[in-house]
Amino acid sequence: MSNVTTASTKEAKWWNGGKSPFDVEYGKVMMWYFLMSDAFTFGAFLIAYGTVRFSTNGWPNPNEVFKSYPFAGEGTNAPLVFVSIMTFILIVSSVTMVLAVHAGKMMDKKGVVRNMILTIIGGIAFLSCQAWEWNHLHHEGAWWGMNPFINADGTASSTNFTNFFFTITGFHGFHVFSGVVINIIMLIMTLTNQFEKRGHYLMIEKAGLYWHFVDLVWVFVFTCFYLL
Amino acid sequence: MSNHDTHEHGDPIAEIKKVTIILSVLTIIELILGFWMIGVTSEGGRLAIKGTIVILMLAKAFYIVAYFMHLKHELKNLIMTIVVPLALFIWFITAFLSDGNSFRNLRNTYDPHFKEQATIKVEAKEAHHGEEGAKEATEAKEAAPATEAKEAAPAKAAETEKK
Repeated sequence: MSNVTTASTKEAKWWNGGKSPFDVEYGKVMMWYFLMSDAFTFGAFLIAYGTVRFSTNGWPNPNEVFKSYPFAGEGTNAPLVFVSIMTFILIVSSVTMVLAVHAGKMMDKKGVVRNMILTIIGGIAFLSCQAWEWNHLHHEGAWWGMNPFINADGTASSTNFTNFFFTITGFHGFHVFSGVVINIIMLIMTLTNQFEKRGHYLMIEKAGLYWHFVDLVWVFVFTCFYLL
Repeated sequence: MSNHDTHEHGDPIAEIKKVTIILSVLTIIELILGFWMIGVTSEGGRLAIKGTIVILMLAKAFYIVAYFMHLKHELKNLIMTIVVPLALFIWFITAFLSDGNSFRNLRNTYDPHFKEQATIKVEAKEAHHGEEGAKEATEAKEAAPATEAKEAAPAKAAETEKK
């Protein structure tokens, strides 16, 4: 709280020019603005999904659709199990990312490298899970424009369900993929001592913001598609 | 580093641990509610559980943004710049969801075919493999209402109307 009071007593000074009124460097402000625009993109997708779902009488039951996991038999009925694993993978990789950012602030190169590797592994694990799930659903006959699942009340369903599912999880998966690529670049830059030479690990913080945003979006996607 | 970091209280590692535990617990509660909801059939009960899940989801979002993304420790100027525009979502969600709901009610009132679709049951299909399986599935789906239509007279009328 003292943080806020310091800010308000200095309020006039923050806007007097000559310094950033946000007290963060340019790249970080721009990353926040980018994430805000991305939040609106995802928000638009999810609100479109909600609107279509509200305007339809029936909707497939997610517990019927997402009830399998890798190496399980044909008749497996384990709703929410696989997606909980995916959710925890992403939460854990978010935690390792925070630890990498923290290590960066301490100028601890070893800590950054270790936690970045763990974060990348988490990201790849999540992508693998998603690849399996897409493949599994595709084998069941689900794809854009194809919906083999009937509505929860036993009536015929439209393709809206699969269209939204593949578009939104696909867009999210693409963000995870970009995040993994960015994290790999950050890891290489750390290993080649680029940040040591600059004297700060601010790039790790920006990559971290992006990675947490990906986790944040998954919180919403997970809830909207698997729980509600 | 910039001076606001020196204002941080406590051990950052302890804070990370705390937030990790909170996020895990919230996720586990969400999953328990999700499993519980499978058995709940009453419309009101389901709605109550869904409402709770949405609140938990927003709590998780708060913890990720505030602590993992460090926004809580930034200057108020930056916090407001980020949070205030996102308040537009309150209006977006209210407007679009009620619009969707209204569209459904209008169609149920004025479009008999649309309403009827929600009463014709189809048979659940076994899992198919590959694209051919999917094609069979859609064919079966189209055929299913037709067979049922023989039993229900108004449905039959709708079928012929469609043709």
